[in-house]
Amino acid sequence: MIPELGKYAFAVLSSYGVSILLLVGLAWMSVQRARKLRQRLEEVEARMKRHG
Amino acid sequence: MSIWEYANPKKFIATTTPILPWLTGAAIATLVVGLIWGFFFTPEAANFGASVKIFFVHVPSAMMAINAWAMMLVASLIWVIRRHHVSALAARAAAPIGMVFTLIALFTGAVWGQPTWGTWWEWDPRLTSFLILFLFYLGYIALWEAIEDPDTAADLTAVLCMVGSVFAILSRYAVKFWGQGLHQDSTIAKVGERDPLHASYYLPALICMAAFVLIFVALVLIRTQTEIRARRIRALEARMRA
Amino acid sequence: MIALLKRDLALAVRAGGGFGLGLAFFLIVITLVPFGVGPDTGLLGRIAPGIVWVAALLAALLSLDRIFALDHEDGSLPLLATSPLPLEGVALIKGLAHWITTGLPLTIVAPVLGFLLNLDTAAFPWLLASLALGTPALSMIGAFGAALTVGLRRGGLLMSLLVLPLYVPTLIFGALVVARGAEGFSTHMPLLMLAGITAGVFALMPFATAAALRINLR
Repeated sequence: MIPELGKYAFAVLSSYGVSILLLVGLAWMSVQRARKLRQRLEEVEARMKRHG
Repeated sequence: MSIWEYANPKKFIATTTPILPWLTGAAIATLVVGLIWGFFFTPEAANFGASVKIFFVHVPSAMMAINAWAMMLVASLIWVIRRHHVSALAARAAAPIGMVFTLIALFTGAVWGQPTWGTWWEWDPRLTSFLILFLFYLGYIALWEAIEDPDTAADLTAVLCMVGSVFAILSRYAVKFWGQGLHQDSTIAKVGERDPLHASYYLPALICMAAFVLIFVALVLIRTQTEIRARRIRALEARMRA
Repeated sequence: MIALLKRDLALAVRAGGGFGLGLAFFLIVITLVPFGVGPDTGLLGRIAPGIVWVAALLAALLSLDRIFALDHEDGSLPLLATSPLPLEGVALIKGLAHWITTGLPLTIVAPVLGFLLNLDTAAFPWLLASLALGTPALSMIGAFGAALTVGLRRGGLLMSLLVLPLYVPTLIFGALVVARGAEGFSTHMPLLMLAGITAGVFALMPFATAAALRINLR
């Protein structure tokens, strides 16, 4: 199934691998931070309401 | 109804939240299709062999690395002229994404250069320009991180972005004078000319480019929302302490 | 404006102004390079233009944070901002003062160091010319970097990160002038480009510097 890459195997595979890894890493970090801050904002807003 | 209504943070979050799942889905779908097509179903090129498959990550990321900076410049200008906070935050949100694209372009360029040019790194105008672009991203992000007051930070980084753009273009041409390149010229815009990109590469390349654009937009929206929320938390906490 | 220039020069020359420090740093960097690459005179001669230019760049960088930091600490920066002198003029003078205290002495000393590095004698006039033309741009770009980071407590390192990429075009054309001069080629194009960069930097950078200062003083 994997196409014949010959002497370029390392170059092709590593560039696909690293690119996907970097993109996924960036997306994961963005989503994690988004989730964390959304929760914190809800907490802070709830606290604001309680204190008026 | 004008486009500036979206500069209201609340309105921005309200409109972008329902779009985001679709956008993310489209980004992932095009990326998967484009990369699988590029990896499995493209022929070897006569002069590059199988290494031509790197094209499908190298070129879109390089393109978006530059476009991300251009978007930051536009957002900075909007912030300076119209003082919409969302604009400044979007510029901030875009910087790390642009930096990652630059990194991808540099890395894939290096591993592509190794077998075809026989060297990992060549002080070639295009490669060098990207290294400089990477440094610009680093400085820009560092300046955002260093300044406490959000409005001051937004103003100063906007000034830096504008000055940096001028110098980035200047460096690009300076670097061109300074070295003869191994890097070939852009092939995308050469359709119909003597040495065009082969038709069997054209479609997957376009899909990959679309994928990178979608990824960029989706990530910018997510990160801008995060920055808006971070700002709001700061404001609320300051009010509570008062 | 003249009074401000005189004041800045007097402050720099007086003890603690760091007037000689940049020069000493320049000398040390150039002395260290042969230890790093070996005493091969042919090799040294070939890389001399680049070394002299990089050393000049680092020496200029060393004293950049003093441009506005001292005035910021003792509170004279807000005074300057409210004086009848436009802030753009202040920025220009500050950059000029920095050049007179670092760039100018560097330019004068550089030929002596060229001998140390076995630079081709044909390149000496070009070395002088390129440094005289290029170092003012280094000072003015540096003033902008200093203005961006003036409010920060540990801005020095950040400023280097911001300023050094901006130095790239100046460095390329400056070193190119010397390298071409040494090989006997025409230095016309890089010299003109270098002059163009310096002129453009002096025309536009004071505005960017003043804008950054205003934001920081707000």
